[in-house]
Amino acid sequence: MSVNMRFGPYGGRYVPETVIGALDELTEAYKHYCDDPDFRSELGVLLGHYVGRPTPLYRARRLEEAWGLDDGLWFKREDLCHTGAHKINNALGQVLLARRMGKQRIIAETGAGQHGVATATASALVGLGCRVYMGRTDMQRQRLNVIRMRMLGAEVTPVDSGSGTLKDATSEAIRDWVTNVDTTHYIIGSAVGPAPYPEIVAEFQSVIGIEARAQMLEETGGLPGTVVACVGGGSNAIGTFRGFIDDPDVALVGVEAGGEGPAGRHGASLALGRPGVLHGSYSYLLQDDDGQVAEAHSVSAGLDYPGVGPEHSYLRDIGRVRYVDATDEAALSAFLECSRREGLIPALETSHALAHVRDAASQLRQAGPVLICLSGRGDKDVDQAGAALGIDASA
Amino acid sequence: MPEAGAARLERAFRDAGRPLFVPYVMGGYPDLDASRRHARLLARHADIIELGIPFSDPLADGPTIQAAGQAALDAGIRPSDVLAIADDLRDGPPVVVMTYFNTVIAHGAAEFMAEAASHGVAGLIIPDLPVDEAADIRAAARAAGVALIALAAPTTDDARMQQIGAEAEGFVYLVAVTGVTGGEMSMDDRLRALADRARRHIPVPVVVGFGVRTPEQAAQIGQIADGVVIASEIIRRIGDAPDPPAADAAVDAFGAGIAEALAR
Repeated sequence: MSVNMRFGPYGGRYVPETVIGALDELTEAYKHYCDDPDFRSELGVLLGHYVGRPTPLYRARRLEEAWGLDDGLWFKREDLCHTGAHKINNALGQVLLARRMGKQRIIAETGAGQHGVATATASALVGLGCRVYMGRTDMQRQRLNVIRMRMLGAEVTPVDSGSGTLKDATSEAIRDWVTNVDTTHYIIGSAVGPAPYPEIVAEFQSVIGIEARAQMLEETGGLPGTVVACVGGGSNAIGTFRGFIDDPDVALVGVEAGGEGPAGRHGASLALGRPGVLHGSYSYLLQDDDGQVAEAHSVSAGLDYPGVGPEHSYLRDIGRVRYVDATDEAALSAFLECSRREGLIPALETSHALAHVRDAASQLRQAGPVLICLSGRGDKDVDQAGAALGIDASA
Repeated sequence: MPEAGAARLERAFRDAGRPLFVPYVMGGYPDLDASRRHARLLARHADIIELGIPFSDPLADGPTIQAAGQAALDAGIRPSDVLAIADDLRDGPPVVVMTYFNTVIAHGAAEFMAEAASHGVAGLIIPDLPVDEAADIRAAARAAGVALIALAAPTTDDARMQQIGAEAEGFVYLVAVTGVTGGEMSMDDRLRALADRARRHIPVPVVVGFGVRTPEQAAQIGQIADGVVIASEIIRRIGDAPDPPAADAAVDAFGAGIAEALAR
């Protein structure tokens, strides 16, 4: 089989020459193993017995009623995955690849910490050393995940450059990889980076959409009218969308970080950026006239990224997916509403998808059932969301 | 039509009579005037000047060049400011500009090349543009008379070395270490074998850089390659100087020391 290196004009391998050999090696390994029965069986057993797949499809009846979604509101419960988010689907797949490639060391970048925790977990499981790069700002706002990674035996390295967020952590991870490429596999956490990463990550995450489609058919006898997911780099979204991409009657909606709103800082690369190169691929990007990459902003560390995966750029241009945004404020109120009406504390990232569905409910209800990828749980966010919402633990 | 960049670069190698000294100046660091002065001082000793355009996310650079570039960006330095430094070097050695790819495409490749050529820039080094992604950019550069300088690395296999060699013009920049700029190279059999391999497959001159700090190291590189690039060490010396005159003196003395070591 062949591996997608480009999505329309987007993607490619804009990286230092030093890592081209490693990208070739990864491409070959992926081609070899992605259909290999032993590999698939090992990954399948872990996804079933370790991650807890298939994750349930849940009908959120109280929100459905509150938001007037008469045809149903369904959650694909990735928050129930081991480690608390969809990130483990990709981390496990790549760790198993890394072991087959004979790599002794794993590195990763992380924003919200969910990919870092997933990678630390998968590395512990197979006995590989793990270092995670994380922006200092993110280490503060996702403190619990830093502790989890360290408990799992990973080294967490703070990154001070730039704004100390996901972009800077990714750059630093790439520099580590350029330096240690012979021994090290870099597990990118989102569907970004040089080819073949966007394709590999999307494929390991496509289990979300494939399961969700079958579950919707089983539960409702039909497909959803609209499928909604949040988009930072875009891994849970692409994984979900891939299950429905060939169903022309299913509308696909990606929700980016609207941050402070139209006049302020944000993370809406697809809505407000233009194509450029960051972290090895050509894709929509927040940048100034000189091509200097802009600092993104979002209340959620996982969406605080000025780039986006190249496949999303392509899906945007061809009009297959509609990309919208939700502000920090909208996401925070949706976070609280989901917690109180469903007893589900969602991740702040996921809360952007919830906010859009709430705010666009009057249009969405006309198109049939709505499916949201509930990409992660919000345990990691309780400090930050509590501070923003005025909820604390004082006696 | 002025002489094309590739021809000027190739002439620099023919005329030098010794391994070439290619010092790097970060445009706009520590400020625009100082970087222009440093470039002129280094031009007295150098055979080619490498002029860096600061970029927000320099993946191939270690902490020293990252910090210098960030300082330049914080001071509002723009790519056009850096290209204009080349005007001051027209009567000196040829200038190659080091820039990340997004800077080039943000301006439009053809426009960027034309602007670089109008300032007399002979070549362009784009560290995040490997040979397989470079066809369109190479065509735009050629059309403007600017040489696209390819990079090769320790991890580049023979087949890719040949591919790089087939497209190369001006010279090829061989990365001495598997890593980012500003580390420490060491002269050993591996590096000798790498340089041999590169020169076997690449028909144009091969210049070695990354991690070269001292005149002794430069002289060692001179024995196995056609020239040596020094970047982070120059920036470090500028940063360590107590005041601008001391920085100028440090740059001048360092350049003289390297040139002398290469001439021995």
